[in-house]
Amino acid sequence: MALIELNGITKYYEMGNQVVKALDGIDIEVLKNDYLAFIGSSGSGKSTMLNILGCLDKPSSGQYHLNGKNVESLDPNELSEIRNLEIGFIFQSFNLLPRATALGNVMQPLVYRSIGYRKRKEMAMEALQRVGLGDRVDHLPNQLSGGQRQRVAIARALVTHPSILLADEPTGNLDSQTTIEIMQLFDELHAEGHTLIVVTHEDEIAKHCHRVVEMKDGRVFNDSTTSSAAVTS
Amino acid sequence: MFFALIESSRSALASIIAHGLRSFLTTLGIVIGVASVIAVISVTQGMSSFIGDTFASLGSNSLTIQSYTPFEDQMKGIRARLTPEDMELIERRVEGVASITPILFANRSSQIKFGSQTAFSRIIGTTYAFQEVSQNYMSVGRFIAQSDNLTRRRVAVIGDKVRENLSLPDNPINEYVEIGGEWFKIVGLMEAKGEIMGQSQDDIVLVPYNTMRSLLGNQSRTDIQIQLSLGESAVVENVTQQLTTLLRNAHDLDSDEDDDFQIQTAEQLMETFDTVINMVTYVIGGIVSISLLVGGIGIMNIMLVSVTERTREIGICKAIGAKRHHILMQFLIEALLLSLLGGLIGLALGYGLGTLISSSIPSFPPASIPFWSVALALGFSGFVGVLFGILPASKAANLDPIDALRYE
Repeated sequence: MALIELNGITKYYEMGNQVVKALDGIDIEVLKNDYLAFIGSSGSGKSTMLNILGCLDKPSSGQYHLNGKNVESLDPNELSEIRNLEIGFIFQSFNLLPRATALGNVMQPLVYRSIGYRKRKEMAMEALQRVGLGDRVDHLPNQLSGGQRQRVAIARALVTHPSILLADEPTGNLDSQTTIEIMQLFDELHAEGHTLIVVTHEDEIAKHCHRVVEMKDGRVFNDSTTSSAAVTS
Repeated sequence: MFFALIESSRSALASIIAHGLRSFLTTLGIVIGVASVIAVISVTQGMSSFIGDTFASLGSNSLTIQSYTPFEDQMKGIRARLTPEDMELIERRVEGVASITPILFANRSSQIKFGSQTAFSRIIGTTYAFQEVSQNYMSVGRFIAQSDNLTRRRVAVIGDKVRENLSLPDNPINEYVEIGGEWFKIVGLMEAKGEIMGQSQDDIVLVPYNTMRSLLGNQSRTDIQIQLSLGESAVVENVTQQLTTLLRNAHDLDSDEDDDFQIQTAEQLMETFDTVINMVTYVIGGIVSISLLVGGIGIMNIMLVSVTERTREIGICKAIGAKRHHILMQFLIEALLLSLLGGLIGLALGYGLGTLISSSIPSFPPASIPFWSVALALGFSGFVGVLFGILPASKAANLDPIDALRYE
């Protein structure tokens, strides 16, 4: 069964008298261990797509099944729970809590699962070591470089063992060398069995992915699988 | 639930510490409010317990009877009186009285002269029994004796304040002072008793009752006060009842007329004082607690700023799974902690202030803080914290995650 199943998803915004169709009838399936990129120019609807996939926003119409659950009937608290259990976010601007250390940031999602401090710390250390930051756990975000911050954010996404990792322009704020390192980390995570969805406008990034979905005017313009690495489970 | 409480307190505390100066300034309103409430309460309560002690030393088994004229009758020129005959009647007929003494106040000038010094004082004509009734003890010399009264001797017993005011020597015995144009020999100096409500109890001159009467001229309309102390086994209510019946008969009062005299026990007097002090406490306390309210608004203000400032953080927390109550709790507990912290600091400051006030004013009783005022101050500041924390906290909790994440 597909991990993500979208049927006829639309998202309309009203702007004065005009109705803006950010998403206009999306049907798509994402399988477990997919490595997928949404590409498209700005205004193509890819950010709205990410918000809906990440359960931050609800579609105007259509059906969204995540891991077999119908998401559209959930209230804000239940959506919070879904985000906590199923989704790991990686943002362009990292979005770390500025007053918490790297360790504190990675432990934070586990707080909402009511996991005790000792266990939280253990899990967070494991995740930080996975991204290669085992020696920087007590640093505050402003004491870390951009690449290191993004690694903290990736560790925070990994620590909850989510069904999918959602990355929104993950290398948009990074230099080219760091970009390569982060994309290598993504490749490794994919090889370990994680499902990754990356939203980007850079072809370089999209090349790492095994499936590229090109969006235009709120519709899927092109959906091509460049590699057979995605396996059906 | 308990887990969420601990986690929220942890992050609230971290946030308070991170903004140390701002947190301190925020709580300042609460600090000042609680400090002034506690200072007021500690001073007035100190006064109240001091007065209680003072009246206890007066002896709770003494009674004072004085004439009482309603204001309306005063306007008509009617004056109720207690006469020496009333006192004789009481002496003969009322059971349970250990000693009884008349008190006659000078109704003319109460000027006293010694050499070139002049002073004004309370001059009271009374008998030897006054000593027992009012529990005065001699520092030097003797009290007024019965023979002084019978022979109308011109002798006086003075309080320490009078001695001071007239620059009399430490041992003023056998010195002569002039009262109302007559010379009086000082035979005794009473032990200092201190003050009640800023009034010296030592600014007093006692002369024999009959001497006083002759000094005032043989007025038929003498109005005296009668003080009496009760025997060990006498019941206050019982004696009061006897006195009332007796005096009503003596004054020919009909059953529909009110008493033209008042019987006061020391206890009653103390209760009156207590009522006044409590009233002062409530009124000042009430006024001051307005500042607590203002402090609460200060907290709300800063919490609202803090929510706006941390909008993005709230968005992040929501994206990674924070539910409404997680955010609500965190901000609510932050407001609560801030105001409780302010309450604690205010408590310490208020106690210090109260102690300072009462120790810097001479002969003022020491401050005392009753337990209820501590509980009240902390309870109230906690309440203020929750009350004014709810609005900012729910504003934070209701933020939309996408909008919050986009907030710059």
